[in-house]
Amino acid sequence: MKAVITVTGKDSVGIIARVSTLCSQYNGNIVDITQSVLSEYFAMIMLVEIDQLSIPFADFADKLAEEGKKCALDIRAMHEDIFNTMHHV
Amino acid sequence: MLNVTDILETIGMIREENLDIRTITMGISLLDCVSEDENRLCEKVYDKITRKAEHLVAVGCDIEKKYGIPIVNKRVSVTPVSLVGGTMTPDGYLKLAHTLQRAAETLGINFIGGYSALVHKGMTQGEKNLISVIPEALAETQLVCSSVNVATTKAGINMDAIRMMGSAIKRAAYLTRDNNSIGCAKLVVFANVPEDNPFMAGAFHGVGEPDTVINVGVSGPGVVAAAIKRAGDCNLSELADVIKKTAFKITRVGQLVASEAAERLQTPFGIIDLSLAPTPAIGDSVAHILEGMGLESCGGYGTTAALAMLNDAVKKGGVMASSHVGGLSGAFIPVSEDAGMIAAVERGALTLEKLEAMTAVCSVGLDMIAIPGDVSEDVICGIIADEISIGVANTKTTAVRVIPAYGKKEGDSVNFGGLLGYAPIMPVKPYSPARFVARGGRIPAPIHSLKN
Repeated sequence: MKAVITVTGKDSVGIIARVSTLCSQYNGNIVDITQSVLSEYFAMIMLVEIDQLSIPFADFADKLAEEGKKCALDIRAMHEDIFNTMHHV
Repeated sequence: MLNVTDILETIGMIREENLDIRTITMGISLLDCVSEDENRLCEKVYDKITRKAEHLVAVGCDIEKKYGIPIVNKRVSVTPVSLVGGTMTPDGYLKLAHTLQRAAETLGINFIGGYSALVHKGMTQGEKNLISVIPEALAETQLVCSSVNVATTKAGINMDAIRMMGSAIKRAAYLTRDNNSIGCAKLVVFANVPEDNPFMAGAFHGVGEPDTVINVGVSGPGVVAAAIKRAGDCNLSELADVIKKTAFKITRVGQLVASEAAERLQTPFGIIDLSLAPTPAIGDSVAHILEGMGLESCGGYGTTAALAMLNDAVKKGGVMASSHVGGLSGAFIPVSEDAGMIAAVERGALTLEKLEAMTAVCSVGLDMIAIPGDVSEDVICGIIADEISIGVANTKTTAVRVIPAYGKKEGDSVNFGGLLGYAPIMPVKPYSPARFVARGGRIPAPIHSLKN
């Protein structure tokens, strides 16, 4: 199972480091990252394997959201199924 | 498989366009709670509801986190209580209302529906007892919702029941006069009521349903409005396609959530209700969709046509996205719960008569409409009879949820707060249907009900 982590907000130093540190801390394996910066606006999408997470996924999502709040970023972790279901028949 | 555009589209729908799952509603049968002893019956009802739905809220919150989509309400609907409390006195029914309230509080759900009776052809003494205390029950509880089905296309219209409901609505308004007559917001009068509707205030668990069931109501007026805006000046065929595709995506998420909730709660999945349910939040309005389609104001000429097209396209898009569709399934047009409808009423574009016409082509009926507190019982009965006739003649569900706000007159407004919103008091014609209503009896079923 994979989750999609999206990070959006004003660009600053160390955003990817913050998110990947949390992934590593809770045993989420990052399998793909795509990111762009458009006139100071940062957008990153990260695909993470969540089968071996050391905490429940809901708590993991909360930790990421909290981290986002600390640095004025919107960080969301969502199970990949919502995207697959919505966009693929 | 996943691509960035799809991911950003989904995130945008949730974050900017208010996409949410409006409700996960667990239907629970109370037929095995019947008892001659009122206290014993209440005890069995409380135990069964709190046992079956014990994990409903926790599972709902967990799914919300897993998929990152808000699930606004977690609710329970039960068998119409008149079917389990057939021998009950009015006092017994009141006790039962408090029991339902207590169960809802224990579970932490938003509403519990099913304080209901099905009286489209006639009434038992038990049903009369129930209807006689609905106003008190709604005044003394906060989370209990009530509905009464007074007509079907097969049975015709029970005018005696409508008379009782006219009186119940007025009394509920009086008893909750210190709180904007909010009792009436929890009371719906139906024709052709669906038995698997997850939306309040009209939800109950029908007699043909399994012991427990999970029904899900999706939402997403904001998503449809945004898609229409992006489509620009396309023609109506193209616009219908845009709406269909959007409804498909919204409903797929509903199906995902419903399947997961059903599995985790070890409860059969019932249906997805394909309704565009608005909220008073900006950007979550059905009226604004209609205006986005090209109307200067909702309520102006062209509104019924636009709404008919919207309703049809939503169903066509949604039906392929879900394994079972049911409930009300259509665009809702509650006035107080829709910022665009409120604005249309305030500018004088949207009247009671236009709303009645709109209900012929969409879901439900005259919903969350505040009228002057001095409107007579007879006039309310006339409003109900008209609306119910539209449902009966067109073989569709219609309903009336009007609030004759005590002490308020045209030009005033009432604020219910939360999802129930705010409503300007709408003018009502004073001419009396008293003699017509007082005849009582039944309006016979229409000829096209004889299909066998």
